[in-house]
Amino acid sequence: MQQFVNVTLTGLTQGLIYAAFALALVLIWRSTRIVNFAQGSMAAATTFIALALIQAGYSYWLALVVSLASGFVLGAIIERVIIRPVEGGNELNAVIVALGLFVALQALIAIIFGSSFQSFPAPFGLEGFQIGGNRVAFTPNSLYIFGAVVVTMLLLVALFRFTRVGLAMRASAFSQEVSRLLGVKVGGMLTLGWGLAAVVGSLSGLLIAGGGFVYPAYMDSLIVFGFVAAIIGGLDSPIGAIVGGLILGLALSYISGYAPRGSALVTISALVILMVVLLVRPGGLFSSTTARRA
Amino acid sequence: MAEAHGATAVSATTGGGTATGTRLLEVEGLTSAYGPVRALDGVSLSAEAGRITAVLGANGAGKTTLLRTISGLVRPVAGRVLLDGADITKAPVEAMVAKGMAHVPEGRGVIAELTVDENLRVGALFRGKVAKSEYDRIYDLFPRIAERRNNHAHTLSGGERQMLVIGRALLAKPRILLLDEPSLGLAPRIVAQIFGLLRQLVDSEGLSVLLVEQNARSALSVADVGVVLNLGRVVVTDSASALMGDEDLRHAYLGF
Repeated sequence: MQQFVNVTLTGLTQGLIYAAFALALVLIWRSTRIVNFAQGSMAAATTFIALALIQAGYSYWLALVVSLASGFVLGAIIERVIIRPVEGGNELNAVIVALGLFVALQALIAIIFGSSFQSFPAPFGLEGFQIGGNRVAFTPNSLYIFGAVVVTMLLLVALFRFTRVGLAMRASAFSQEVSRLLGVKVGGMLTLGWGLAAVVGSLSGLLIAGGGFVYPAYMDSLIVFGFVAAIIGGLDSPIGAIVGGLILGLALSYISGYAPRGSALVTISALVILMVVLLVRPGGLFSSTTARRA
Repeated sequence: MAEAHGATAVSATTGGGTATGTRLLEVEGLTSAYGPVRALDGVSLSAEAGRITAVLGANGAGKTTLLRTISGLVRPVAGRVLLDGADITKAPVEAMVAKGMAHVPEGRGVIAELTVDENLRVGALFRGKVAKSEYDRIYDLFPRIAERRNNHAHTLSGGERQMLVIGRALLAKPRILLLDEPSLGLAPRIVAQIFGLLRQLVDSEGLSVLLVEQNARSALSVADVGVVLNLGRVVVTDSASALMGDEDLRHAYLGF
């Protein structure tokens, strides 16, 4: 029983991080129909900015704020300068540009920050809470991850549901031409969308780094899991990204906790889950029932 | 001024404003091309304030391109577009609605993933805060969409979609409404209802309409002025009643 609780809690915590990363992908896919393969490198870059600040003696919280803000700026600049010219054109062009950006950013990180492993601090303890005399695999840092991801998601929901700029962003994402005719500054909304997505991506990068090691390619495994989570959810649905992340986190945790030689099976299991979901529901679990006009 | 603004709930719907009969929208020598193909070839026409101007012609005559060029979605090779005397040829698409021009594109233009209410609110976004009474006014005009205000727009019928996009355009308080084939795919009864409402808005509130239609008979029955396009050129401009009476022209270009 205790192992089950521990494995579940670990899965939920990891799942939330996958969910945040998946959410960043979904936000960009919805608004610009581009799969942002560079999301991982962008998050790694902002995590290294945070690390540089922490190493220079500033607090984790200041580093967090600066890192998320630089994520926003990085996302907005990338959309304006690099993505804008390939938006709306041949889909393959955008894919190649995003892949190129992924490699280029990773190389840039290695040039600026070095390619060695560096430890990244966690803001809270990594020792599990005591419950009924047993120590569970849920740490103060896990609680922080829960809080950070849930608060971020609630803020995004509030932004999209209840604000005028959120409505303008949704309208721009669904129908650029109609939105422009209605006076919505669609270009600005796309830039804002990329900026916000990069903030969420940066958050997932910081959270996965906490208490571990970072190096230029440290996001690579999260990229795989984040993509799988986003596609399980339907790639078009923010709720789907969150549910996809949690399902994947739990499933991988159970496999690694219970299956013989489980930890070796984690990555391949993610891909098997992806295949099974796509076989049963090719559009993903939360694919919209609306036929979307291309 | 055609009428006082905002004094009654009725006059709150449109921007109105310019005296009936003056040229509100003028198009001069407009030429638009898709690659080497000229979809519009030196088109000149005007839409007068407080009137319905119908642009008619067969498929491929350049009707949709005309509206898309006027609102800036297509950039012309030559020619000018003037709104109330001001040159708007190079103005960005996003700025048109604030200048008083609302373009309802072909194929309805509802945002299917948003609810009816959200669709209306997008139409009013550029105006900042808009009083609830203005939304109520639109729902009063179109009771059928009022019943469905919290439904997603993809659940609406064709007629309801057309009502939604016209209502959404009216929320922008336009001085001129550009409508692209509003009758397309709708039952004759619904077409009559929508055209009747347009006539009413034009007559009572000083709205101006530039209507593009393949369904010439319905369009001429509601319009004041008709412009016949063929292969990107203006063939004839005349009063709607004169065009209705010209049997040769109707047979040659309007198909009835």
